[in-house]
Amino acid sequence: MAPLVEVQGLEKRFSVGGAWLRGRRRVIHAVDGVSFAIEPGEVLGLVGESGCGKTTTGRLILRLIEPSAGRIRFEGHDLMALSPPRLWATRQRMQIVFQDPFASLNPRMRVGSIIAEPLAIYERAGATERRRQVSELLDVVGLDPAFAERYPHELSGGQRQRIGIAAALALRPSLIVADEPVSALDVSVQAQVLNLLMDLRRRFGLTYLFISHDLHVVLHMSDRVAVMYLGEIVEIGPRDALYRAPRHPYTQVLLSAAPVADPKLRRERIVPKGEVASPLAVPSGCRFHPRCPLVFDRCRVERPLLRTVGAGHEAACHLNEAPALLTGA
Amino acid sequence: MSVTATMLPVVARPRRRVSFRAAFGLGALLLIGGSAVFAPQLAPWDPARQMLTKRLRPPMWQARGLREHPLGTDHLGRDILSRILHGGRISLGVGLTAVTLSALIGVTLGLLAGFFGGRADALIMRIVDVFLAIPYILLAMGVVFALGPSLLNVILVMGATRWVQFARIVRADVLSIREREFVAGARARGNRPLRLLLRHVLPNALTPIIVVATLELAFMIIYESALSFLGLGVQPPTPTWGWMLADGRNYVATAWWLATFPGLAIMLTVLAVNLLGDWLRDTLDPRLKV
Repeated sequence: MAPLVEVQGLEKRFSVGGAWLRGRRRVIHAVDGVSFAIEPGEVLGLVGESGCGKTTTGRLILRLIEPSAGRIRFEGHDLMALSPPRLWATRQRMQIVFQDPFASLNPRMRVGSIIAEPLAIYERAGATERRRQVSELLDVVGLDPAFAERYPHELSGGQRQRIGIAAALALRPSLIVADEPVSALDVSVQAQVLNLLMDLRRRFGLTYLFISHDLHVVLHMSDRVAVMYLGEIVEIGPRDALYRAPRHPYTQVLLSAAPVADPKLRRERIVPKGEVASPLAVPSGCRFHPRCPLVFDRCRVERPLLRTVGAGHEAACHLNEAPALLTGA
Repeated sequence: MSVTATMLPVVARPRRRVSFRAAFGLGALLLIGGSAVFAPQLAPWDPARQMLTKRLRPPMWQARGLREHPLGTDHLGRDILSRILHGGRISLGVGLTAVTLSALIGVTLGLLAGFFGGRADALIMRIVDVFLAIPYILLAMGVVFALGPSLLNVILVMGATRWVQFARIVRADVLSIREREFVAGARARGNRPLRLLLRHVLPNALTPIIVVATLELAFMIIYESALSFLGLGVQPPTPTWGWMLADGRNYVATAWWLATFPGLAIMLTVLAVNLLGDWLRDTLDPRLKV
């Protein structure tokens, strides 16, 4: 089956400074050559530290931000080649759920209008039918239809996030980019929203790009996982393979840092050195080398490429040429 | 300390729908507006009628005051009350239309500059800089000299020189609003630029617009008086508050009522508009509704 989304060599450069009297112009490579594909009905998890470009990647796919380079194919269309009206029409099939439920809903609109707006814009339904669909959508996300008359500020974080999901569902998209959908919520509410997302996936045959900095959440939600570091994907593979046998030191670091709910289990914790490098001063060679516990000379000069290390499993680390060094540690 | 932080008066708003302040503002404005509309019926005298035998009479409650001139007479023996009532028509009318005009220009340009950024922003903000660099009175003088002093020209000039106030505030606000997530969400859900601006950005920029509009209305009334004072505004003998204020200035040491009563009229109007503006701002913001 053809993938629902296919991203190739996606890049986004932001330039900072360079305006008159504002210092030297510098370029931030927020996303630097990211490629992946998502099959229909699949959940791809995208995990990484803050600032690694995962949110930017999500927005680039919807072309909410213009990519600097790369190709995006969605349902067979080359998104980069679409004219504005065609892009507008295609957007109905791809939606986004945001991280901050307190910033992602227009405070001046009632919940009902927020959910009904896309139906009106795309002329999917008349006024009465829209009201009916709003009630139905509220019900689908587990809220009382009476919420339609409320304003966002009257709701809790979890309720708002459900509204955000209902608004994203209104157009019956095939792809939903879930950009840290539970990071801003209480732990107890997180579970409810995650379960809701899983239910909706089954019910509507949705495909997710699930972005999070929380490895546990990603492992729980995803079929496959991609790990990002400083704008690059350093490892991508099936969830279980990546969890049991991570093939990039950064993934190992992430896994070892995630707490495990078993006091008897003792694990070696791998601690990375130093801080995340600034995307303004990307390290030479492998981007992770200044922090890598297994660094050697080659890492400082040669940038490792993604290479296959297992079935559907790729990692970008020189050590995979001599796997004993990496896994036998 | 942590206990007091939760006790900050965030929700300490009156639970009444219309507060006393709003009611006062509305009442005062209705009174002022009504007396301006019905000035011909209410005014006891023709505002232009000069009675030189009754020059500079003080208000009726003072020693030489006359009962038929409750607020006294000016240096030409004209009835001050009648002139204030008639003057309100000009001052309020000119002020309101000029503010509306400058808000239309300023908000539109501010929205475009803030939302689209880049060249549009640079161009519009350079025009704003030019307007800010030239003293607006000087600019107005030039234009009125060229076009001739008429009521319409005065309004046009006032609107065309003060729009920068709106443009700057709106642009600054839009710059931050357009980065908020709900704007990105609205775009993902199919909003095209025009609808995005009018439905999602503009409503969230309303608060500063209303504040500036109420301040500007006060300013426009004074502005009109400055133009009238220079002989570029509404021409005498048509009374306006600003002109009466400017004219009465010469007699302020000997006949205080000439400048005081039109000054009070301006003050009351400005106060009422500001109170009403506060109320309007709170009412239009669903977050502040109780």
